[in-house]
Amino acid sequence: MIKITNLHASINGKEILKGLDLEVKAGEVHAIMGPNGAGKSTLASILAGREDYEVTEGSVDFDGVDLLALNTEDRAREGLFLAFQYPVEIPGVSNVNFLRTALNEIREYRGQEQIPAKDFLAMVKEKSKLVELDAGLASRAVNEGFSGGEKKRNEIFQMAMLEPKLAILDETDSGLDIDALRIVSNGVNALKSDNNATIVITHYQRLLDYIVPDFVHVLHDGKIVKTGPKELALELEEKGYDWLK
Amino acid sequence: MGYTEEELAEDLKNQEYKYGFTTDIESDDAPKGLNEDIIRLISKKKEEPEWMLEYRLNAYRIWLTMEEPIWAHVSFEKPNYQDIIFYSAPKQNQKAKTWEDVDPELKETMNKLGISLEEQKRLQGVAVDFVMDSVSVATSFKEKLKELGIIFCSFSDAVKEHPDLIQKYMSSVVPVTDNYYAALNSAVFSDGTFCYIPKGVRCPMELSTYFRMNKSGTGQFERTLVVADEGAYCSYLEGCTAPQRDENQLHAAVVELIAMDNAEIKYSTVQNWYPGDKNGKGGVYNLVTKRGLCEKGAKISWTQVETGSAVTWKYPSCILKGDNSVGEFYSVAVTNNFQQADTGTKMVHIGKNTKSTIISKGISAGKSQNSYRGLVQIHKNADNARNFSQCDSLLMTDECGAHTFPYIECKNSTAKIEHEATTSKIGEDQIFYCLQRGISEEKAIGLIVNGYCKEVLNKLPMEFAAEAQKLLAVSLENSVG
Ligand SMILES: Nc1ncnc2c1ncn2[C@@H]1O[C@H](COP(=O)(O)OP(=O)(O)O)[C@@H](O)[C@H]1O
Ligand SMILES: [Mg+2]
Repeated sequence: MIKITNLHASINGKEILKGLDLEVKAGEVHAIMGPNGAGKSTLASILAGREDYEVTEGSVDFDGVDLLALNTEDRAREGLFLAFQYPVEIPGVSNVNFLRTALNEIREYRGQEQIPAKDFLAMVKEKSKLVELDAGLASRAVNEGFSGGEKKRNEIFQMAMLEPKLAILDETDSGLDIDALRIVSNGVNALKSDNNATIVITHYQRLLDYIVPDFVHVLHDGKIVKTGPKELALELEEKGYDWLK
Repeated sequence: MGYTEEELAEDLKNQEYKYGFTTDIESDDAPKGLNEDIIRLISKKKEEPEWMLEYRLNAYRIWLTMEEPIWAHVSFEKPNYQDIIFYSAPKQNQKAKTWEDVDPELKETMNKLGISLEEQKRLQGVAVDFVMDSVSVATSFKEKLKELGIIFCSFSDAVKEHPDLIQKYMSSVVPVTDNYYAALNSAVFSDGTFCYIPKGVRCPMELSTYFRMNKSGTGQFERTLVVADEGAYCSYLEGCTAPQRDENQLHAAVVELIAMDNAEIKYSTVQNWYPGDKNGKGGVYNLVTKRGLCEKGAKISWTQVETGSAVTWKYPSCILKGDNSVGEFYSVAVTNNFQQADTGTKMVHIGKNTKSTIISKGISAGKSQNSYRGLVQIHKNADNARNFSQCDSLLMTDECGAHTFPYIECKNSTAKIEHEATTSKIGEDQIFYCLQRGISEEKAIGLIVNGYCKEVLNKLPMEFAAEAQKLLAVSLENSVG
């Protein structure tokens, strides 16, 4: 699904990623853990195509295409989805209008017809149930006045609507209480299939009780310094990250 | 990534020269410049009655004693009034003869704006079958209006057919002496629209010049007068969202609205005149005086979406004379490249319990300057007057400017005045968020900007709102920096 090789990237002349390797296959869930400032969000941003970062070395193969050669919107249209750590508000633009625009742009890129309004609304209904998103929230402006938990839930709702090949969840668990965590995780698990993959970025192993990863990676100082099975997360919880340095 | 409005307009200009449209000088044109003889000529050509000529001459003499205003936050070279042709018979030959002659890029822009093919043809003045069709539509409209006693005709026709009404109401809200451009307009106005809604009649359709059967003689110095008699209602649409190119550098229109006791007038404008090219060359100077008078319990709402013109100088205002009257002003003003806009409103509270609302959304891109200028004036006897103003500015680049000049004059201590203002830069984070969902930058800007203007766009009549939304997106293409 995605193969990252020797990725180096910097911002304002400061190197943040220093030779990162990672491969995720279809049907897998990978967790990336690591201390604050390790470069986890940076990795997510670079994969999504944020222009502030400069990739100085390395390559990323995304299901057969050279990801780094594509602009941000085409990466999304190829099936890459990022659930943001801090989702922004877009006042005055309803969630449904936003999603319909996105969905149709993606469909157009893939040479598909625009989605009929009826089918779209049925889809909104079905997918909002998945994350127990209040029907009212779907018609409200994108993230405007949403609580922290609602914003995160809305990210997963959007993910459900856009049906990506690869979803990267950046600290989707932060700021969620136990109930919300369960709802969000159920949503992610329900969307899991043999044809898609998920990268879960998190601080806490508690999320991994709900979304069970096939692999756990530790990102430290711009590199993956350790990879292990899901039990590695427990070990990290106990011992912290210092022993890996 | 597509072309801009400016390039399109520039193309159009070249196109016109290519076909030599501008070389045909109508024999009906007056010589350049302005003097009493020219005014007599205009009046004669239009076969006007003596009183109209006297009105024009009086206005001209007043204009001669006035100075061009300099207080607005705009700078442009003052027009040379002796170099302008003040009377020109409508030129049909500037229009494309057949649909195939119409610039394909213009067609594409109109498609982008979602303007129907029929409408596009009408705007370009082609397609005989459609013109026929629109005449029949217009005729049935006219019949319907006539049944209700509504008068809706060109200003010239009104001068001849309804002289009593014109003499009674013309200049009753915007006196000839009001300002330099209003005086000039009064002296030389070309044509415009007159509209009268009788007592208690609710006009069942949006009135727009589109459905006026007479030729669309708008031109440089347009004059509009709308009178809603007691308890009457009408909604009037001015302008159109298709790119409008005009040779005339200077536009000085006057619009007067009169809402008698308990009447209501909604006046909506979409202005998309040629804004000049990317380097600030050319473009229309849009120097307009718009004002409405509210009698007891009456209401006037101005809604405007301004995206065109090199220079905009425009303050649609309400005189809230009658007790319990209401004035509203909803505005979106977009400036790009080197455009300059100084626009806002004046709410003059004279009657008791009068209420006004001002919502202004300024969007500046490129190196443009965008100013809101508003005056809320509460007179001595205006007990319990209330005003709420909200002026928001959105910046698309670091090089543009947004300015807010709110003035308040309050002579009554029971008045309640609230003013809110915000300035924000379009968020890169917002755009990135949209891009990450697969939305193109162009569409993302459209979404964000339309969201930002929603309160104003919601006030436009439905069909108009959809077109205005697209227009905003097209005007701001490639504008984030
Ligand atoms: N715009 C920026 N300019 C300079 N340094 C930055 C910028 N953005 C992030 N960084 C730095 O990059 C490093 C990695 O940040 P980030 O990817 O957000 O870490 P994580 O998500 O793992 O907590 C940090 O040291 C952070 O300070
Ligand atoms: Mg982070």
